[in-house]
Amino acid sequence: MTALLALDDVTKTFGYGDAMIHAARGVSFELKAGRALAVVGESGSGKTTCARLVMRDYAPDGGKLVFRGKPMGDRTDLVAYRRAVQMIFQDPFASLNPAHNIRHHLRRPLRLHRPELKGAAIDAEVLELLRLVQLDPERLVDRHPFELSGGQRQRINIARALAVRPEVLVADEPTSMLDVSVRLGVLNLLNAMKQEMRLGLLYITHDIATARYVAEDIAVMYAGQILEWGATASVIDRPAHPYTRLLLSAVPDPQIRFADPAGRLDPDAAAAVRQAAAVPTREVREVGPNHFVRALPG
Amino acid sequence: MTRPLLSVRNLTIDYVGLASDFRAVDDVSFDIAPGEVFGLAGESGCGKSTIAFAISRLHRPPALIRRESRILLDGRDVLDLPAEALRQFRWREVAMVFQSAMNSLNPVLRVEDQFHDVLKTHGERDRSRRRERIAEVLRLVDIDPDRMRDYPHQFSGGMRQRIVIAICMALNPKLVIMDEPTTALDVVVQREILQRIDELRRRFGFSVLFITHDLGLMTQFCDRIGIMLAGRLVEVDNAATIHDAPKHDYTRQLWAAFPSLHAEHGA
Ligand SMILES: Nc1ncnc2c1ncn2[C@@H]1O[C@H](COP(=O)(O)OP(=O)(O)OP(=O)(O)O)[C@@H](O)[C@H]1O
Ligand SMILES: Nc1ncnc2c1ncn2[C@@H]1O[C@H](COP(=O)(O)OP(=O)(O)OP(=O)(O)O)[C@@H](O)[C@H]1O
Ligand SMILES: [Mg+2]
Ligand SMILES: [Mg+2]
Repeated sequence: MTALLALDDVTKTFGYGDAMIHAARGVSFELKAGRALAVVGESGSGKTTCARLVMRDYAPDGGKLVFRGKPMGDRTDLVAYRRAVQMIFQDPFASLNPAHNIRHHLRRPLRLHRPELKGAAIDAEVLELLRLVQLDPERLVDRHPFELSGGQRQRINIARALAVRPEVLVADEPTSMLDVSVRLGVLNLLNAMKQEMRLGLLYITHDIATARYVAEDIAVMYAGQILEWGATASVIDRPAHPYTRLLLSAVPDPQIRFADPAGRLDPDAAAAVRQAAAVPTREVREVGPNHFVRALPG
Repeated sequence: MTRPLLSVRNLTIDYVGLASDFRAVDDVSFDIAPGEVFGLAGESGCGKSTIAFAISRLHRPPALIRRESRILLDGRDVLDLPAEALRQFRWREVAMVFQSAMNSLNPVLRVEDQFHDVLKTHGERDRSRRRERIAEVLRLVDIDPDRMRDYPHQFSGGMRQRIVIAICMALNPKLVIMDEPTTALDVVVQREILQRIDELRRRFGFSVLFITHDLGLMTQFCDRIGIMLAGRLVEVDNAATIHDAPKHDYTRQLWAAFPSLHAEHGA
């Protein structure tokens, strides 16, 4: 199966000299129609940077972005691309315009990208989108963003991205503010879109259990590099990289209380794992079918 | 028990509308003891942030707190504080990490200056002493103090969120309200920061009101937990009991919907 979209050995840095930050270091991955790739990893490791590279908000310093087999230059097919590739932003508070109500936020993408919809059909679709993300249309459609709770805003962002019927969806922490039952609803919606609309999904999250729920493949990032990647079940059940193991060991578990010294995560041990993980390396080892890990230093 | 630090009584809050009012918080009462971590959980839109804002006295119209409501901090009614007392109250008595924390830093100010503002308003005149304090609290959240001259956009979402937590710690408040403080953090950093806050509250004795959707995390961190449903507090108990023997149906449903790390994916 060929990739719908790919990052190929992409590099992106910020700043200069001593203060240079390598936000993406030789990052490669593929998004396929009808499948999801989860990206997990340390806060500040470059996940959102990868998302913005895919969105073409940043041009890569090295490497390339390929869409439907075609390398994307600075301006190649930008209008069509913007329709095909949609993003749900990490911060639902910053990404909605306070001057406009919810109806406006959802009508706009429909007008722009769904020309087949006219007049009353647009308004009907707005209400349908709200229902899809488990919001009460009558109660919310005329409200402004600041009149909504955090999780409600997050769902407006999701609805807005879905309005366009994208081929590729980049979802940056789309469910972090949702309670478990609504979260499950949204994840099921994403799964259904994958299957029925052949959506290719890039799912960035800190919630590894949800990654397992929606994504066939997973990539673990640290300091701008993907350290381990492959089939989600294999990576989660048989993690090969010490950083992946550390990450999995810290997944919240109600049985382990912070007050109990036995359950404590040892910050010094964690620091040692991080230090080793921060050393860049290009060497890759195959640890199983569709499961790869960067070679460890030493 | 000792006198609670915070005592919320019959708190009722409406969002006043043209046509009708919306009752976001409905007759909620709970206590938080000194040094205690108290968790609030419940579905999206059930009124958690509205409560947090009222306790910090940061609520704004159209939010209207109904007359019978009381919020006592150290025995004083927060809702009656005059303007000058309110200035002292913020940051020193109660500090809040907003749900939108990563977005609550001023984008045109260097990180350092956001701290200076808070510290200066509360009397620390000496710039180098302020800077020492800033470095100290940044280290508490694992941000390299050398980066205090950077601007917010130069940090990732999770790093910005940690900076806000550090600002809240700067004045040793009695109550720290954290509205989803760790949603932008990876689980390792999340664990490290909450473990650190757990140590700090034991050392300094402050209390925490912790709001999150992650019930597993809440059980790990909190002493007691309150479960909210549509503006009402339906169950309050020790964290262990909420996990092992929840009484309310809704609490049981919340646990049942908890996706598991080792279950197969839904596709
Ligand atoms: N515009 C920018 N200018 C300078 N540095 C930046 C910029 N954007 C990101 N960075 C830096 O690049 C690194 C990666 O940031 P990025 O936002 O991609 O992380 P992330 O993995 O999404 O983190 P989180 O999980 O906390 O959201 C961080 O060290 C960050 O400080
Ligand atoms: N300014 C406002 N005007 C009208 N209704 C509002 C306003 N702000 C919030 N609401 C409503 O009040 C209810 C409670 O909101 P609140 O932000 O307290 O929820 P929450 O429990 O924090 O939810 P979340 O977990 O999604 O952040 C929601 O249904 C919301 O739509
Ligand atoms: Mg990010
Ligand atoms: Mg909230």
